[in-house]
Amino acid sequence: MWKTRNLKIFTIITAVSALLSACTNVLPGAQGADPFEKLNRKTHEFNKSLDRNFLGPVSSRYSSFLPDPIETSVNNFASNLRLPGKVANNILQLDLYAASQNTSRFFVNSTVGIAGFFDPSGKLGIAVIETDFGETLEGWGVGEGAYIELPLLGPSNLRDSVGRVVDAVLLDPIDYILVQPEANYRIAADLSSLLQTRNALNDQINSLFNVSADSYAQARLIYLQNRRFKLEDVSSETYFDPYEDFE
Amino acid sequence: MFLVKLILTRTKTLNKSILKRRDLLIGFATSLITSGAFAFSADDATLLVGKVVGEINSVINSGKSEKAMIVSFEKIFAKYADVNIIARSALGPPARSASSKQLEKFTTTFRGYMARKYGKQFRTFIGGEINVEKTIDRGKFFEVSALVTSSLYFTPFDVTFRVSDRSGQNLFFDIIIEGISLLSSERVEIGALLDARKGSIDRLTDDLDKLG
Repeated sequence: MWKTRNLKIFTIITAVSALLSACTNVLPGAQGADPFEKLNRKTHEFNKSLDRNFLGPVSSRYSSFLPDPIETSVNNFASNLRLPGKVANNILQLDLYAASQNTSRFFVNSTVGIAGFFDPSGKLGIAVIETDFGETLEGWGVGEGAYIELPLLGPSNLRDSVGRVVDAVLLDPIDYILVQPEANYRIAADLSSLLQTRNALNDQINSLFNVSADSYAQARLIYLQNRRFKLEDVSSETYFDPYEDFE
Repeated sequence: MFLVKLILTRTKTLNKSILKRRDLLIGFATSLITSGAFAFSADDATLLVGKVVGEINSVINSGKSEKAMIVSFEKIFAKYADVNIIARSALGPPARSASSKQLEKFTTTFRGYMARKYGKQFRTFIGGEINVEKTIDRGKFFEVSALVTSSLYFTPFDVTFRVSDRSGQNLFFDIIIEGISLLSSERVEIGALLDARKGSIDRLTDDLDKLG
């Protein structure tokens, strides 16, 4: 399945990301380095207005229009097709436990769960173990690099942005298999799942954009701290010890 | 702390004449703890967070109105959180040049702001439960993590309290939800609010009364 050309791209991306991360070392403290702050803030304003004028209203209308069981099924279908990519990352991380759990989940849901529209695995307690190529890179010792706010996709960092590209382009086995029109159904399901997630987070997103005094800085903090927590990467001290100033 | 709990549970079955002696014993035990005769241990930290979590649980499942809940949350913060240090840290370096009167007023207002803002968050755990999981010794403080299970969220999530006795009392100074720290977040927020008011703590204090 893997052509040598892909392998070359893969090696180059990994090497470049390692190099870039090494160049922009993370500063101690909670915020991380933000050399692209000026550009990031512009992207943030773009994302904010896109959300306010399009994503927010569309997702809320979409969610109230579609019956909940259908919404859930479509979401199940989309997330089931993301599993093989996660397994690929589990293997690259040599996490065979997670690889086998995600694989079992994929097979059970694809068969008993009728092409993934239902989630019998969830009822059996076989939950998805989340991962991505950003985490794989972290495991390989690549630092998170500078903070980046991506257009449409939101907060990220250099390492995780590279991870997103690799996940989408190279580490998605389903992408190699699916032909038309199934590939289009998948894109539709992914969009549906995006709108659904947006709508579920409505309160949090609105409060971030409309209540925070500096929504850019707040989003940056939330992303970096939450991401480090999920990757169990709190080696670069993420939090403040407020008593230190007085000792 | 354990001693107090022991005394409390044992005297429950006794009659009222013992009440005075019980109060004395509690007073004695408390003074011992606060005077530092007992070193602050991991068990104390766990017990403290256990109490905080217990009180939060009973508030969110009390069926009170949002307003009444926020009053209860403010009491919990006043009792168990080191609001002084959280407020000072949120202000950042400007706290150093502020007068003690300014700081005092800001701290009181900040406590109400915190109760409103995070009370609303805790309120979304209605019907759920917070359970203490484990305590980690971080050297200068303890980290007590709890798991929140709520019907509103699909998977349980982590809430960690950082507890220290460096103020002279055992109090928590940060709440970290899924890795996101209240203290860090308020440093960003208060910093931005202060910038927007050209660094005037008085104006910030006035406005903070309406925020959260």
